Amino acid sequence: MTYSIVTEGLVKRFGQTRALDGIDLAVRTGSVFGLLGPNGAGKTTAVRILATLVRPDGGHATVCGHDVVRHAHQVRQLTGLTGQYASVDETLTGTENLALIGRLTGQSRPAARSRARDLLAAFRLTDAADRAVKTYSGGMRRRLDLAASLVSRPRVLYLDEPTTGLDPRSRNEMWEVVRGLTATGVTVLLTTQYLEEADLLAGEIAVIDHGTVIATGTPEELKARTGALTLAVRPARPADLPAVRAVAAGFTRTEPEVRGTTVTVPVAGEDVMPAMVRRLDDAGIAVAELTLRGSTLDEVFLSLTGRRTEEESAEQELEGSAA
Amino acid sequence: MTAENTVLDITVLDNTGEAGAEALAPRVGLITGLRQTFSLSWRTLVQIKHNPFELMDFSVQPVMFLLLFTYVFGGAIGGSPEAYLMFALPGIIVQNSLFTTLNTATGLSTDLEKGFFDRLRSLPIARFAPLSGRILADLAKQAWAIALLLGIGVILGFRVGTGPLGVLAAAALVLVCTLAVSWALVLVGMLAANPEKVQIFGFVVLFPLTFTSDAFVPTTSMPGWLQAWSKANPVSVFSDAVRGLLVSGPVARPVVESLLWAAAFTVVFAPLAVRAFRRRV
Repeated sequence: MTYSIVTEGLVKRFGQTRALDGIDLAVRTGSVFGLLGPNGAGKTTAVRILATLVRPDGGHATVCGHDVVRHAHQVRQLTGLTGQYASVDETLTGTENLALIGRLTGQSRPAARSRARDLLAAFRLTDAADRAVKTYSGGMRRRLDLAASLVSRPRVLYLDEPTTGLDPRSRNEMWEVVRGLTATGVTVLLTTQYLEEADLLAGEIAVIDHGTVIATGTPEELKARTGALTLAVRPARPADLPAVRAVAAGFTRTEPEVRGTTVTVPVAGEDVMPAMVRRLDDAGIAVAELTLRGSTLDEVFLSLTGRRTEEESAEQELEGSAA
Repeated sequence: MTAENTVLDITVLDNTGEAGAEALAPRVGLITGLRQTFSLSWRTLVQIKHNPFELMDFSVQPVMFLLLFTYVFGGAIGGSPEAYLMFALPGIIVQNSLFTTLNTATGLSTDLEKGFFDRLRSLPIARFAPLSGRILADLAKQAWAIALLLGIGVILGFRVGTGPLGVLAAAALVLVCTLAVSWALVLVGMLAANPEKVQIFGFVVLFPLTFTSDAFVPTTSMPGWLQAWSKANPVSVFSDAVRGLLVSGPVARPVVESLLWAAAFTVVFAPLAVRAFRRRV
């Protein structure tokens, strides 16, 4: 078993805040590794260290055996970076952007041109090849940005929140593209705020919060631990809420949560649904609404840490003060 | 074959190809670094093709300054527009070159803000290439503006008092001096939060610096304290040198002083700029 990316005790401080507080990761060669966490968890900092853009304050990291600090130049020859913000030159055309990177990485002029043409075709940008990037849609820019990070034929690819801010259709397109890459042997480190995205693309996931890894495993392991699904029950009579809560508590180790007139509880699989219906029926509780849906990152956090992500709690405070 | 499959083909091929050649370059050679500099300056210059307004910045603006100064202020300051032109053209060339260094700073600042620098820094290229590429491109624009100002100046009645060598020496001196000043502007570009802040710096520092020199007017009518300042002002030194090389008057002293100023700017600001560039994340 070989690992393309290994980090040990990675620490990065910005002033008083510890953006990374001892991160250990091991990413298998040829796999897609998902770094899942809320805004400000340290995902981007980790990627920037691994892409040699930021120096760590402690610990160390290697990419294909090369230290990111001492052998930064070697690491740069092996890696490609697609950032959260499309980092292409808006005033240049798609072809020019890709050809420029080809030239910078040592390709001859004809080779850079033909590589640009191939990549544009592969990312369905041929029609826009000779248009300035500033006329591109958000999804097109992301695809061009991803193409740009593939020009130099990286063995390790960092995708920093590749779908944040995209509409659902562009997001699906991006997922297709990333899945296409995974079959090629490229090692991908993907950061995301979306559980669904990590579940769909990654073979292994590390959940990070406040600069530390709080859980790792395959999506299945993680879902089994945290409850990948959320069951929500709204009784017809609000007076039944405590009874519903008691029934729901029998399905999980996590405390069920009451929000308004609905009880939610994380569950591991679909099979709890009929059992839940039976128990509610036995208890004589009339149900107005019963739903089973995929958990959000926030709900995973709740079951892992016992608290919500900060963004969510801030939102709730706002909602509370509004009401 | 679907689009994704095409990506597969490309990447698989390249990956296997590379796996054999495990040897990675430990650093970027100087020649390679220079080639990357040229690629990046091409990138800055080709932008003009897509954004013709940028052409205005370094073509229309200097010509406008030249016409305004010659025909609006010329008679009042120099007796006649033609007489004033002989005095002011060298100063206008210096002024334009200094103002153009702002483009270096705003360009760098824009690249930082838009994340394009992250892309460049993640590539295995010479660390100095993004900076030197930008500076080289801006020097090319400077050379063009100098030629344009001289050409139109001659049409308007400017006469070179020295010779072709003097003209070449003047152009070279302007380029050397603005290159030196560029380092200060690179520092500004690195420290400024956004390109707009760079523009503010231009108005607060470059504008008064240029106008309190003898670039546009003889200093004899200025109050004594301002004359003293104007004498020390490097813009005056640059203007005197270019005047000497293009028209007449002392050459040796202002040229040497200009080169000393250029050396001082480089020694002070180049290390600061490079350090700020390395630190800027």
